[in-house]
Amino acid sequence: MIRLVDLSKTYQLGDQPVKALDQVDLAIEAGEYLSVMGPSGSGKSTLLNMIGLLDTPDSGRYFLAGREMNALNEEARAAERNRRIGFVFQAYHLLERLSARENIELPLVLAGMAPAERRPMVDQIIKRLDLDSRASHLPRQLSGGQRQRVAIARAVIRKPALLLADEPTGNLDSHSGAEVIALLEELNNQGITLLVVTHDPAIGQRAARRLRMEDGRIIDDSGATQPPSADSRHAHR
Amino acid sequence: MRTADVLRLVTRALLTARLRSFLTILGIAVGIAAVSLLTTLGAGLQLYVLDNFSQFGSRIVAVNPGKTQTGGIGGLLSSTRPLSLDDADSLRSLPFVERVVPVVQGSGAIEFGRRVRHTDIIGGNGEMAAAWRFGIAQGHFLPVISGNSQPLAVLGSRVKRELFGDAGALGRFIRVGGERYRVVGVMASKGQMLGFDLDDIVYIPIDRALSLFNRPGLMEIDITYRAGSSAQQVAERIRQRLIQRHGVEDFSLTTQDEMLSSLNRILSLLTVAVGALGGISLLVGAIGIVTIMVTTVQERTAEIGLLRALGATRRQILLLFLSEALLLALAGGLFGLLLMALLLGVLALAIPALPISLSPFYLLLALLLAAVVGLLAGVSPAWRAAGLNPVDALQQE
Ligand SMILES: Nc1ncnc2c1ncn2[C@@H]1O[C@H](COP(=O)(O)OP(=O)(O)O)[C@@H](O)[C@H]1O
Ligand SMILES: [Mg+2]
Repeated sequence: MIRLVDLSKTYQLGDQPVKALDQVDLAIEAGEYLSVMGPSGSGKSTLLNMIGLLDTPDSGRYFLAGREMNALNEEARAAERNRRIGFVFQAYHLLERLSARENIELPLVLAGMAPAERRPMVDQIIKRLDLDSRASHLPRQLSGGQRQRVAIARAVIRKPALLLADEPTGNLDSHSGAEVIALLEELNNQGITLLVVTHDPAIGQRAARRLRMEDGRIIDDSGATQPPSADSRHAHR
Repeated sequence: MRTADVLRLVTRALLTARLRSFLTILGIAVGIAAVSLLTTLGAGLQLYVLDNFSQFGSRIVAVNPGKTQTGGIGGLLSSTRPLSLDDADSLRSLPFVERVVPVVQGSGAIEFGRRVRHTDIIGGNGEMAAAWRFGIAQGHFLPVISGNSQPLAVLGSRVKRELFGDAGALGRFIRVGGERYRVVGVMASKGQMLGFDLDDIVYIPIDRALSLFNRPGLMEIDITYRAGSSAQQVAERIRQRLIQRHGVEDFSLTTQDEMLSSLNRILSLLTVAVGALGGISLLVGAIGIVTIMVTTVQERTAEIGLLRALGATRRQILLLFLSEALLLALAGGLFGLLLMALLLGVLALAIPALPISLSPFYLLLALLLAAVVGLLAGVSPAWRAAGLNPVDALQQE
């Protein structure tokens, strides 16, 4: 489903070039559950942003669902993000002035869906994530765990194939963190491809496939559940 | 994105920053109110003045003694000869000339019994009322002059009212400048012109006015002409005839056409000038929008990053922020028009004579102006917002 070939990205920090991604090769099959771990600054977020079409590589190629993404312009990438990719961030990134319900609805609004069409979809996800009693609350009236649940609802409202979570439990206590992870895993069980960046080894260990990054490279890959990724693992050893 | 959703998101954002939005709207409102108020007053004044002048009809040429044109040896060397009644009569035979009215104006006491009123006194002839398009309410106007005139007077409606009240004035005797005159007519009410009360006038025969004011010549000769000739042609014939009689051009000619068009030019310019003055405060309001939008984009950078992550295109971000600026400006425009209406109402109460002409076209134009201002002020910050890199934007807190 996802294939990265020789992907590199260099940032300029002052006059110091930083290789955030250094010739990364990676293949991910649909429905996989991956965790990405590694020291701070090793390029985990950059990798996630690259896969999420938020960032553009300097070199290398990226295939998503068999299509080459490098060729797309900015507007087409936005459309791909809306349709295929859900993001969950450490800082939730909810709009403070909108209710939980309105936040969840945003991707549908951006897609231009009619209110009558949106309503049942939002109702359904709110019910499913157990947010009924909180739907009309503003984010500041919610606990951290509830906020992250709202953010997850927003991420999956469009039924994307891919869910990218960048340290989703970073701001949460261990109890709500565990709840959030359980929710993400439940979504994965229902078929969504899940990538979780985390600092927490306990969480990282739960994933079927575990990546380790350092200095912009994937230095360890616990093994793809499917054959193609085995090649990429050896290529970097 | 649906228009209703854009509107909902944008109004929500504006309502969240209530005070800030209000102040920005106020800035635009003051500008729009200033522009529309000043141009409305200017346009009203223009209409009013032109209306006042054109009530005399437009096929009229005035001759005044003395050359107003500066420069030239003629003005220095020749002494100005007064315009005489004979000069006026000599113009009657010119082609297209319809009426010739000699005019002298002064003022004096008008007495009836024990009542006295100080008014303007105009000396004219029997053609004056028709030439100036003044109507007669009772009796008739001055007789067509033939040599030594009878002491007959015609009263403006106000003078009649002040001296006689509801009683009849026709046939009664009044004193004008101490001399006894018989009232033969009362004018229809004509109202004010540029603050000059046209009803507070007494008309007497021209030859009697000349001797009453002890003047050597006429102050003006008004000539009306029939359709079929241009003002320039008639003026030129008058010029030739008077030069023939005076030897030099020691008089000046003004055609009503000319006067109206130059008056119109001056007043239009005035309207534009005061409108531009109001434009300065509109500019200040626009700068307010720019400032607020720049701040907003800075504060909401993380939000922009998030929207991009959720699949908002650059175009949508541009649309959202541009709509925000546009909505601010339009609200300012509406509020400004309201403000203007309020100020106009107060002004109209304070100065009832104030000429005000409100046209829906100009109100729409004011709103359009506000919209353009909003778009221009919003385009740069909105463009910046749309151009943000989503990854960088998301990291902003
Ligand atoms: N927008 C950026 N500008 C400059 N340097 C960046 C930018 N984003 C990331 N970097 C650098 O790239 C490297 C990898 O960053 P990141 O992917 O965020 O690491 P991680 O998520 O693993 O902590 C770091 O050295 C970071 O400083
Ligand atoms: Mg990171």
